[in-house]
Amino acid sequence: MTAGLLGAGRARIPQKTLRKDRWWLAPAATFVVFAAFVVYATWRAFTGELYYAKPYLSPFYSPCLTTECLEGSSDFGSPITWWALSPALIILVFPLGFRMTCYYYRKAYYRAFWLSPPACAVAEPHGKYSGETRFPLILQNLHRWFWYAAVAVGAVLTFDAVLAFRNEDGEWGHMGLGTLIFVVNVVLIWLYTLGCHSCRHIVGGRLRHFSKHPVRYRLWGLVSKLNEKHARYAWLSLFSVAIADLYVYLLARGTIEDLRFF
Amino acid sequence: MGYDLSMRLWRGDRSGGELADYVVAVEEGEVVLDAIHRVQATQAGDLAVRWNCKAGKCGSCSAEINGRPRLLCMTRLSDFEPEETITVTPMRTFPVIRDLVTDVSYNYEKAKEVPAFAPTPPDKDGNRRMMQADVERGQEFRKCIECFLCQDTCHVIRDHDDNKSSFAGPRFFLRYAELDMHPLDTNDRRKLAQGAAGLGMCNITKCCTEVCPEHIKITDNAIIPMKERVVDRRYDPVVWLGSKILRREQRNET
Ligand code: SF4
Ligand code: SF4
Ligand code: FES
Ligand code: FES
Repeated sequence: MTAGLLGAGRARIPQKTLRKDRWWLAPAATFVVFAAFVVYATWRAFTGELYYAKPYLSPFYSPCLTTECLEGSSDFGSPITWWALSPALIILVFPLGFRMTCYYYRKAYYRAFWLSPPACAVAEPHGKYSGETRFPLILQNLHRWFWYAAVAVGAVLTFDAVLAFRNEDGEWGHMGLGTLIFVVNVVLIWLYTLGCHSCRHIVGGRLRHFSKHPVRYRLWGLVSKLNEKHARYAWLSLFSVAIADLYVYLLARGTIEDLRFF
Repeated sequence: MGYDLSMRLWRGDRSGGELADYVVAVEEGEVVLDAIHRVQATQAGDLAVRWNCKAGKCGSCSAEINGRPRLLCMTRLSDFEPEETITVTPMRTFPVIRDLVTDVSYNYEKAKEVPAFAPTPPDKDGNRRMMQADVERGQEFRKCIECFLCQDTCHVIRDHDDNKSSFAGPRFFLRYAELDMHPLDTNDRRKLAQGAAGLGMCNITKCCTEVCPEHIKITDNAIIPMKERVVDRRYDPVVWLGSKILRREQRNET
């Protein structure tokens, strides 16, 4: 046990915090929503069914690359023949890794799940603390690798949103409620992905002379704007991806009919 | 429109202490420091409190108000209900000297470890030039008033005394970031990153940003960019490959 608030010479105040506001509300809400998403996503990823309803492919299963994929859902072929489990599990590693190592999500789950700290100036319950200096948390440094992958995932989801402008018979120029959901989802995913701190660093943050790189400096400014709202897009895109998946699930199950606009 | 305010102020020193109750007359528009000064003037002449400017610029009056690290002189009484008791303690991360005054020398020790700005030689006419875009970048970091509230709230040292030896803290990550981003600085980049090695201890939970009275985006604009710079050197395959091929090991140029 390392000495914290009662460390050498500090004012002897026994309370772990003297905050009177509802500091526990934000971490509690984060905990509930994240836990709900994890339960939902785990269930949907493992079922391996009801993820395709022409022309919509659930974002959890896109791209669908194994021979197990439902007919018509493999827009990029099925190169993976040896995988017998749900095809979602192969793909989800990337967005999952991306979000798990995201600077914003880290803040949120360190606070809500690990209570390190639960809120500012509220003592954490851990005796020892080494931050992100050791395994496994040192792996958070791989965030940039996941960002590269996330750009590819974003491109695939954009492709899916384009494909959603077809009708059930594969004819172009049609649109339904599902199309709208897909487009909104992919826009939110891009706002989230491009506002990433690693992206901000890559486009311009790593420079020492902004003045010598005017184009990158401008890009950096744009990414910085998105970056300020990164937490918001992290939440919104989490909801939108779940809603897009749920919509496809309900369609595939026959619970609802797609509302066709034209 | 005055009213009677209930306050609990921590009184004591290293050997111990307690929260003492006071009721003091206050006026509308006053700040917590005013109320404390009136307690000092009318009821507790030996109450120790550090302050200087009463304008949020000197960074002396840092303390914790209802458990939150804040400046006494910038916290308005109107932020609280008149009947609410306001509890004030010294900063709880640093050793106390007496009452509300703490010994913040930890921060001065950490300041000594930051290398000094080492500029490139001046141009032929004896001047050094920087473009406006490059000047603006570091401006935010220079707003720091050294109140050390960020250091006080950082759980890395607040909750773990033994981390103090290896952790510079958010206020000094600002300094490292400023040097690392400065186009005219010639300090060795790798050494800077090593000096800021305590950076790995930070888990970017942003409490420093939350309490900074100058609203410096410490985590987003200094700590995370520094973490990304460390990633550049150690963990990014593309950058690593690029540095091998293009021989840009010394990326001081960019
Ligand atoms: S973001 Fe890092 S430096 Fe700032 S308070 Fe949190 S752990 Fe400390
Ligand atoms: S960074 Fe902000 S909180 Fe920290 S010492 Fe400077 S002004 Fe105070
Ligand atoms: S995606 Fe959140 S910081 Fe990179
Ligand atoms: S007295 Fe100077 S900042 Fe409060």
